[in-house]
Amino acid sequence: MIKIINGEVYDPLNKIAGEIREIWVEGGKIINPPTKPRTPVEVIDAAGMLVMPGGVDIHSHIAGSKVNAGRVMRPEVHGWGEGRSLYTAEETGHLYARMGYTTVMEAAVAPLKARHTHEELNHIPVLDKGCYTLMGNNHLVLDCVRRKDLNTLKNVVAWLLSASRGMALKVVNAGGVENWKRGGNVRSLDDSVVEWGVTPREIITMLVEANEALGLPHSVHLHCHNLGLPGNYRSTLETLQALEGRRVHLTHLQFYSYGGKGQADFCSRAQEVAEEVNAQPLVTVDVGQVIFGDVTTMTADAPAQYGLYRITGNRWISTDVNMESGAGIVPLAFRPRSPVNSIQWAVGLELFLLIEDPWRVFLTTDHPNAGPFTMYPQVIKLLMDRDYREEMMGSLHPKTFKRTTLAEIRREYTLSEIAVITRAGPARALGLKDKGHLGVGADADIAIYRKGNDWEEVFSRAAYVLKAGELVIKDGEMVRGTWGKTFRVDTPRDPRVEKVVKDKYQRWGTVSFDNYGVEDAYLPREEVIRCR
Amino acid sequence: MRVNNVVCMFCGALCDDLELVVEGDRITEVRKGCAIGKKKFLHYQEPVLSPMVDGKVVDLEEAIQVAVDILSSSRYPLIYGLSSTTCEGQVAAVRLAKAIGANIDSTSSVCHGPSTIAKQIVGVSTATLGEVKNRADLVIFWGCNPAASHPRHFNRYSVLPKGQFIPGGREGRRVVVVDVRPTPTARIADTFLQVTPGGDYEALSTLRALLKKIPPDREEVAGIPLARWEELAEACKAARYGILFFGMGLTMSRGRYMNVVAALSLVRDLNAFTRFGAIAMRGHGNVTGSEQALAWTTGYPFAVNFSRGTPRYSPGEFTAVDLLARGEVDAVLVIASDPAAHFPAAAVRHLEQVPVIALDPHPTVTTSVAKVVIPCAVSGISAAGTAYRMDGVPLRAKKVISVAYPSDAEILASISEGVKQ
Ligand SMILES: [Zn+2]
Repeated sequence: MIKIINGEVYDPLNKIAGEIREIWVEGGKIINPPTKPRTPVEVIDAAGMLVMPGGVDIHSHIAGSKVNAGRVMRPEVHGWGEGRSLYTAEETGHLYARMGYTTVMEAAVAPLKARHTHEELNHIPVLDKGCYTLMGNNHLVLDCVRRKDLNTLKNVVAWLLSASRGMALKVVNAGGVENWKRGGNVRSLDDSVVEWGVTPREIITMLVEANEALGLPHSVHLHCHNLGLPGNYRSTLETLQALEGRRVHLTHLQFYSYGGKGQADFCSRAQEVAEEVNAQPLVTVDVGQVIFGDVTTMTADAPAQYGLYRITGNRWISTDVNMESGAGIVPLAFRPRSPVNSIQWAVGLELFLLIEDPWRVFLTTDHPNAGPFTMYPQVIKLLMDRDYREEMMGSLHPKTFKRTTLAEIRREYTLSEIAVITRAGPARALGLKDKGHLGVGADADIAIYRKGNDWEEVFSRAAYVLKAGELVIKDGEMVRGTWGKTFRVDTPRDPRVEKVVKDKYQRWGTVSFDNYGVEDAYLPREEVIRCR
Repeated sequence: MRVNNVVCMFCGALCDDLELVVEGDRITEVRKGCAIGKKKFLHYQEPVLSPMVDGKVVDLEEAIQVAVDILSSSRYPLIYGLSSTTCEGQVAAVRLAKAIGANIDSTSSVCHGPSTIAKQIVGVSTATLGEVKNRADLVIFWGCNPAASHPRHFNRYSVLPKGQFIPGGREGRRVVVVDVRPTPTARIADTFLQVTPGGDYEALSTLRALLKKIPPDREEVAGIPLARWEELAEACKAARYGILFFGMGLTMSRGRYMNVVAALSLVRDLNAFTRFGAIAMRGHGNVTGSEQALAWTTGYPFAVNFSRGTPRYSPGEFTAVDLLARGEVDAVLVIASDPAAHFPAAAVRHLEQVPVIALDPHPTVTTSVAKVVIPCAVSGISAAGTAYRMDGVPLRAKKVISVAYPSDAEILASISEGVKQ
């Protein structure tokens, strides 16, 4: 039994904002203060410290084939420290944990390679994890969309989630990746997907419908088309309008809030995008904040990555995954002296600051795309400390301030708001009821930070981190290695769907159908979220 | 008892449709596998070695204890092999390497290590074998001979199957073979280009130059008239989806990784005209997995050194052949491979001078020179676990029968326990 005393508690879900509270922990859960403690009580004195639920990352790339391909291609950026952005499974767990993060979602898994993702997830210490199953270019899905067969689509989604042991439904550049296999892409919601006669609009809206009909805990996790292109704010707004207020999560929105036609007039449209998000109460977003320095871009949006390769001439990995997906990896550097990069940096901050409801905007860097997750504390400081923000803006390309509104924004985040965008909000959006708060019955994932003047320092190294009630971090260092669990969803489905799926895999796949789905052996510590 | 959809771990094609008949603890029949696979399942299904130290049979615990003693007192050990074991075994080997500050390297360093180095220089445009089956209308085999090394490759993936967008199967594809000799693979080719030995880099670079409309001013390249290279370059551009399979003809001939740099650059450049990918024709059943498992545990694909605690990567420095040939290592743990049979003489000489611990189900040249022999279950037959196909698709290899000896993952875990005490 553990008792945390004297700490300033920030638990926004339970509307606690900086009050001194005692927190009791037993059996991995937060409990009511016992009238008579049965077992010896370990006391953590959190005087002068902030107590928060463990951090929850809703979108990161930490395991699986493309993360690993990135590691293989880039031995030069592997490891801890300045300028390093690719970590081993073990380092990933440690580095997240020392910042007080205890739950992280791997954001893109092709079902055919899901076994790989789970194998790696199992080697990440401390964290609870989950992964999102890619469906926006899956042939089974395209076939249902073509036939406008929502019922089969629902069953196919349920089956794919089960086969890949996924946590949520992910869409990446719907239809664009399929077209890329013929050298193309999609540029608008109404472009046609070759051979299928469907459009991104149809794929996205039907998948959202299926997701909601199945009652999945997380909404569709949507990576739109036109990633990173000037003028793409229009397709972002169109996508939101097409969904007519339905629940959806737009990921790394920063990459989708640009105006202009090219490099010369590249500018921010974060204001328009934020306004649309503000107007649609069921929409959540994560930002994908740019961090200056070296990054490794990696995404299932393979055509976008080919574009990035053509622009930069950097090394390029592309992998087409039959019937399902693709992937691309390109190293990149964000430079403060580049007008485009400076504007991208500002766009992310604008979104954080202009989206009014912190419960709907979450802190991510789309690790390792826009920056390594280890830089979250710097983003927190940028949001909380306007002087620091302005100082940093001073080092950027002067064009930035003519083409963004960042200089005019005076808002500073409060500690409670930080607790929302880094834990309470993402946990709620994921439907993880025992995460992101410190109420009785919650998982005892607790981050305790020593207060200080520099918010980056405060959030970089937690004084204590408890994971499932066990002390894992003390003064920023690992004191105990534990193994977290993997979340996955399970939703009832019509068993007849198996036949539909099996037929297609046997004809066009290359592995035996019985060997396709991820076996139980790969989820030795799982928590199944059952829907309906 | 029938066991269906068994994964065959004997080559990188990782066929997973084998049907076995099992009676008690013996496999009595194998259906669907190729001749090599069938032979392995029928005749190599159980470990036939006994635990031995200095040629004398001992019990398993004693063999493990002697291994622990050797590794604990070693100042600069090497762990080598990995390509025929499961990822579980590979991860256990990395844990041990970390615990004793060892070098760890896989057979990649003597097969497709240069391909990995080339990936670090160029990247790679690639695809799963299912894309080859469903889309590839141009298939090039360069310096590889799957007819002998991956007998069911043509059938299952690359040449014969009817694909989603290749309804005609074989007729829908053009097959080109480039090699220094007329291999059995060349026999199935629509076009065979026999290049002069050592001519691969020049030939690949010529193709790149032709794409860029800078034809070399000579009539013949690598022993082939320029016009035929021009024809191939045009065919590549005109293909809807092209695939280049490449093998040790590129990676182990003069030029090594630079040959692969040329091949991967060509494939990358072709994407300006059409879609094109490259796939390394990986040999051993789970050599691809060794690159994967090392990458997520150490950050690096092979040639890793733990002597400073944190992993370091340096091919040429921490690769097994080099460590041995320079006489640097003072103990070697070999997992499911046979360096004594395949390494260059200088490396083998040193191997014979230091204590070698060999984990293997079957006798090899290496087990015959080893001080300690530890038999283990056969991955994919009597030990389950993950293996990665040459295209990175992971599959779960089954445990079909039980045997008296533990898996290499379990043995390595025991050794790790021992050295920690
Ligand atoms: Zn992402």
